[in-house]
Amino acid sequence: MTSDGGPAAVRCRGLTHRFSRTLAVDALDLDVRVGEAFGLLGPNGAGKTTTIRALITLLPLQAGEVSLFGHDVRRRRMLVRRLIGYVPQQLSADSSLTGRENVALFARLFDVPRAQRRGRVEEVLALMGLAEAAGRLAATYSGGMVRRLELAQALVNRPALLVLDEPTLGLDPVARSTVWEQVAQLREQFGTTVLMTTHYLDEADRMCDRIGLMHRGRLRAVGAPAALKAELSPAATLEDVFRHHTGDRLGDSTDGDRGGFRDVRSARRTGRRLG
Amino acid sequence: MTSAAPAAPAAGWVESTGWLRLPSRVVTLCLLELQKLRHDPIELLTRMIQPALWLVIFGTTFTRLRAIPTGGVPYLDYLTPGILAQSALFLAIFFGVQVIGERDAGVLAKLLVTPTPRVALVTGKAFAAGVRAAVQGVVVLALALVLGVTLTSNPLRVLAAFGVLVLGAAFFACLSLVLAGLVLRRDRLMGIGQAIIMPLFFASNALYPVDLIPGWIRWLAYVNPLSYQVDALRGLLLGTPSNLPLDLAVLGVVAVLGIGTASALLGRLTR
Repeated sequence: MTSDGGPAAVRCRGLTHRFSRTLAVDALDLDVRVGEAFGLLGPNGAGKTTTIRALITLLPLQAGEVSLFGHDVRRRRMLVRRLIGYVPQQLSADSSLTGRENVALFARLFDVPRAQRRGRVEEVLALMGLAEAAGRLAATYSGGMVRRLELAQALVNRPALLVLDEPTLGLDPVARSTVWEQVAQLREQFGTTVLMTTHYLDEADRMCDRIGLMHRGRLRAVGAPAALKAELSPAATLEDVFRHHTGDRLGDSTDGDRGGFRDVRSARRTGRRLG
Repeated sequence: MTSAAPAAPAAGWVESTGWLRLPSRVVTLCLLELQKLRHDPIELLTRMIQPALWLVIFGTTFTRLRAIPTGGVPYLDYLTPGILAQSALFLAIFFGVQVIGERDAGVLAKLLVTPTPRVALVTGKAFAAGVRAAVQGVVVLALALVLGVTLTSNPLRVLAAFGVLVLGAAFFACLSLVLAGLVLRRDRLMGIGQAIIMPLFFASNALYPVDLIPGWIRWLAYVNPLSYQVDALRGLLLGTPSNLPLDLAVLGVVAVLGIGTASALLGRLTR
């Protein structure tokens, strides 16, 4: 429950997930308030992506309870999916379709009524600044445009929760700031709750109302970036907070790693596609 | 956008079962396949090279040789339904590679987070492979007509033949998805696909009657769904004797089994 008595956007208690003998997420308790931007930070293999994948129904819930806006993820899977807009880490727009076709596909998969479909597709394309490029194949888009196209795909359902897994990975600084401007505009205009992971601490500092620092499958610290920094020392940066809670030894980043090799390979593949 | 993001679906929305979503998802994913084909017709042309070679070189040569008993039907005519089924098989058996590519690109994860039950997603993808096979089939049949093959002029029989083609391709696409769900890697699936594609093709009635196959391996032709697909296509397109009810029953049952098994394994691809 939130302070106003309404359900939290995300509430999870005791979430635990194992990949064979590796404990990826360890009895995680997490609350994301309605309307806030919450960032999950942590080294590779900390369990961020596994947590997100469990929250959005991509992974079966092995142990623990998860609800989105009060709806039990285990029991109301289809209903919960209807509330989510998801942008994965990889560049996931279909390069063999046009921008418009990419968005229209998700409008159909989310059962946007036929009478509203065309208007809704054009609306989100315009919102993401892609109206003019909508008729071109996505293969001709720049990395930043692809990310904005993916946001358009995620938004066509008017989701209550936007889940972004490393949304600016591999993008140049201009494209990164454009993506964040679009996300900020969405929050301001529609009050969309945003749950994101990122490795860019400066972005988390600027964009998130609260952050959760994960390490070895557990949340080590949760709070507003300013509060977490102040807790450590008056001159502390978010990087100092990160190092304090997660350790900075090289070996740490592969502990309990589901994603060590796979994550890096995926990140490099995304980087290659972005040029 | 004109309204704030809702925390619950619109009033009137029914949290229905997968079966109710099945038709709309199948149509959506088939349309998607047609859109991709429209943007990349070169792929269709390159895929046509192999069936064209089978018909033009193998077919015309063996027609002259008269080495294969075909019950009075010219060999090229006899071969055409076999090549039609083969072109669909070759396309569908590597469909899992495409899905592994979608997994690597994050597309599959995005599809699985839509309100689409896995059985609907797999059925949609399987029939999308069927649609691609049907488009390819149109070109194969056109080429056969140019080569002088006599096909039925009954449009209903032609339509039914395309239905059989789609059903067979859907099954083999599911087989490929099952293998993808088991091996999880593109290179492994390519190897397995290459290993099974020729046994599936040669241990069938696509090129010759099953009776000509050595006895110790003939059983393989009888359990091979490709044989039933070719038998149905021959009956529908050439009017040769066939057991259409049995053929359709076998193809229908294996397609349902394939969809069920592939749906159960689909989650493994995203873990």
